[in-house]
Order: sequence, then C-alpha cells, then structure tokens
Amino acid sequence: MTHLNTFEIFLLLTILKIVVVLVITLTAVAYTVLLERKVLGRMQNRWGPSRVGPFGLLQPLADGIKLFLKEDMMPLAVERPLFVLAPIIALGCALISIAVVPFGSQTMVHVNGGPGFDLFEIANVNIGLLVVLGVTSIGVYGIALSGWSSNNKYSLFGSLRATAQVISYELALGLSLVGVVLRAGSLSLRDIVNSQSHHGMWSWNIFGGFQIVGFFIYLMAAYAETNRSPFDLPEAESELVAGYHTEYSSMKFAMFFMAEYANMITVACVATLLFFGGANTPFGHVFDGIFSHGLIHAVLPIFWFVFKILMFLLLYIWVRATLPRFRYDQLMGFGWKFLLPVAMVNILATALALAYHG
Amino acid sequence: MQTALFIIFGIAAIAGALNLLFQHHPINSALSLVVVMMSLAVLYWSLGAEFLAAAQVIVYAGAVMVLFVFVVMLLNAGVEEHTSGSKIAYIAGIPGAAAVFALLAFVFLKNKAALGTTQLGGDLNNVVSNLTEISHTLFTSLLLPFEATSILILVAILGAVVLARKEL
Repeated sequence: MTHLNTFEIFLLLTILKIVVVLVITLTAVAYTVLLERKVLGRMQNRWGPSRVGPFGLLQPLADGIKLFLKEDMMPLAVERPLFVLAPIIALGCALISIAVVPFGSQTMVHVNGGPGFDLFEIANVNIGLLVVLGVTSIGVYGIALSGWSSNNKYSLFGSLRATAQVISYELALGLSLVGVVLRAGSLSLRDIVNSQSHHGMWSWNIFGGFQIVGFFIYLMAAYAETNRSPFDLPEAESELVAGYHTEYSSMKFAMFFMAEYANMITVACVATLLFFGGANTPFGHVFDGIFSHGLIHAVLPIFWFVFKILMFLLLYIWVRATLPRFRYDQLMGFGWKFLLPVAMVNILATALALAYHG
Repeated sequence: MQTALFIIFGIAAIAGALNLLFQHHPINSALSLVVVMMSLAVLYWSLGAEFLAAAQVIVYAGAVMVLFVFVVMLLNAGVEEHTSGSKIAYIAGIPGAAAVFALLAFVFLKNKAALGTTQLGGDLNNVVSNLTEISHTLFTSLLLPFEATSILILVAILGAVVLARKEL
C-alpha cells in the first residue's frame, strides 16, 4: 500500500464520517416516525403500529419498501425540473446542517503522526451556528418551489403559508440565540458547548446562564420553522388537502417526509448544544471517580447527547398530541408581536447583565 | 484547493448570471440569482471571509431572494416576452461594463501590497478571527456610519408600514 498524503487521509476520513453520520441520521429519522406513531397512539388510547416484527419495530422498513415500490406519479401540469428539484433541496438542506454538530467532546485521531482529525464532528467550523441558520434559510426553497411547481391551488396556498411562516419566525429564532452567543463569545458550536461544561447542569445556558426565556422563544420558533404542530398550517388537512406536497407521490413524497423529521432532529441537536450543554453530563464532576476510565467513559457523552435529543423528540410528539392548531392571523401576530419583542428584551437583558458582571 | 474552488464557483456564478438574463420565466431568473449569490458566498469563504459568506447566504439567498420568489408566486407572474431592449444599453452597456471591470482590476492590482492577502482556513493558524476584527472595526472606527445606517433602515421600515396600512 502506498503512503497517502495528509490531504488524502483527510478526504477519506471525512467521507467516512459523512457516511456514518448519514446512515445513523436516516435510521434515526425512520425510527422517529415509528416513535411518533407509537407514542401518539398511546396518548390517544390505541396501540399504534404493532403487526410488523416484535412491537412493530420493523414498521419503518415496511414503510420504506412500500414508498420505494409505489408508482411515481408525475402530474401533467407540473413545472417538471423544479418539481423534481424541490424535494431534493428540502431533504439536502435538512441533512447538511448535521455536518457542524459536535456529537461528543473533542477527540483527536492521529494517522501516521499527521495533524489530528476530530472523531465526533464532521466539520468544526468557527461560524457553525451561522451555517446552521443559513442552511435552514435555504431549506425554504424546497417548500416554496414544491408548491409553485405543482400547479395546484392547494399546494400553492400551502407553500405560501409555509414560506411566510418560516421567514417570519426565522427572525425570532435568530434573535433568541443571540443571548447564548453573547455568553459564549463565539459562534463555534464547540466553543458554545465547552462554555457550559464546568459545573454540570448549573452551567448549562438554560439554568445557570438564565437563557430560559431565549430557550422558550427558540422552541416555539423552531416548531414553526419545522412546520410542526401547533404551527402545521401549511399541511392543514381540513383546508388544504396535504398542503405543499399534495401532488407528490412515492419517493418524492418520502423525501419531504424524511426532511420534516430530519429537521426535527436538527432542531433537537441545536437546542441540546446551545441550551443543554451538548454532550456534557448533567452531574458535572460528581461521578468522575467511577467513570473516569474505559469504555463507559468514552460512550457516556454520546449517551447523554442521544438522551437529550430523544427527550426533545418526545416533547415534539407530546405537543402534537396535546395542542390544537393556530389560526393563521394568530400565528403571524404571535410571531411578530410577541416572540420578536421578547427576544429583543432577552438580548438587551443578557447584554446588560454581561456588561455589569464582566 | 483555493484555485479549484475559484474556478468552479466563478464559472457557476457567471453561468447563473447569464441564465438569469436568458430565462423567460421570472421564477427561473430568481433561482439563477440564488445560484449567483451562493457561488459568491463560496468565493468569499475561499478568501477566508467566513462571516461575510454566512451573512451573504442568510441575508441575500435566505431572506431577500425568498421574498422575491414569494412575490413571484403570490402574483403568479407569467412568462415574459423578451423585447429588443433599448439602443443606449446596447451601445454603452458592454464598453461601460468593460471600463468598470478594467478600473477595478487596475485599482486592486496597483494597491495589492497595501490590501494584503488572506487564504482559506486562516483561522486554523491562530490568527485573530475575522469575526472579531469585523465587530471591532464596526463598533469603534465605523460606529457612526453603522448607527446612521441602522436608523435609515428603521425609517424605511416605518415608511413601509405607513404605505401598507390603509387607515392610520
């Protein structure tokens, strides 16, 4: 075997990391769908899927096969290139932002004595948070174009609603994160996580950082951003059939479906990183003596990260089972007249507090 | 690496800009403009200006162009007819553009030493992050223009509200 130079090793390791993360994310997406159906079923006093495999665990596989084998209908009146492009943009943007998420503490791997490669993050970018926001804002095109290119009034109305909703709530979303950025003094997700790692739960931004207001604004704006209940007006089935993906079938529909759940996972990741200390344990250094060596020490950060994300996904499902849908003017009024001013007050208060203490 | 990025995305930007002019449907033109802006963002990034690249994507591609597309969708604008264009544009356009290009190239090449150089991934070598530099300049030497601009934008927002509301 010939010796690879640094750039080639970097390229190979990066591709390997991307493939691993992609496989895990897509599996997580499939099982989030199952989790939602199961939990929603139990909350409504029914079983949820239980026939395929033990406890219905093979249901995602069956759904996948069904969607793959379905006929891919192409309605006659659609704008063909954009109609095909839209689900690709939606799913692509939903998956890209995972690239800057650090899944564990920085673990460098040295190959042939070269520079280290981070094991638990695909790309450590110094403006990671802005990358996530930017990719999210590009994702709107998927929804906007799908509705327009379908040439169907329900699709068009669905995508108009979705676009207006997403660009309105993006402001509140961005502003709610400024408090965290001010506290950490950096836009790198790694630095933000490290700034919360000192005293376990008490140094997390939501508790010790007093960013609880910012967190709730982020949570509500993120629900609107991912078009989830109670802000799921773009797909309100009583008014708009299925909203922007009315005309889509087979794998193209599946791509929108996967994009929605991948976006939920991204939102859960960002919330975990910014407000709940990322992969840090909630107990600080209390149990350091017990778990300081061996396999458990290596796996523990991943466990906490996945646990926190699972809690967020359960919260998503719980909210969907509990709250009714907003009316459209209420939705807009809530975003512009309540969330935005509160987010600004939060920034002002955080900045003043930091200036007073620092 | 940097040269490869420059060639690929430079060509993408030019192709997007030409496509913008030749397309008949407004939504295709708007999407070509998105391609141009994204390519420019990659070029900024390859020059080591990460913050500018991210701002370009968030502000222009993510907000301004989404509004364009939204308006085109809302008004359901149809296919446009290409007119022959004005005579003056044909006569003065290409020489004018060439003159501007030549002037800019001259100025930048002349002052190359004063402007300094930068490269991709400069922040990895423990240089001061350009985020820090931008904010430092913005809040010290450029504070007055910065605040004046923000007040100007506030006035524009108020103007839009006044124009949009029928009874006030």
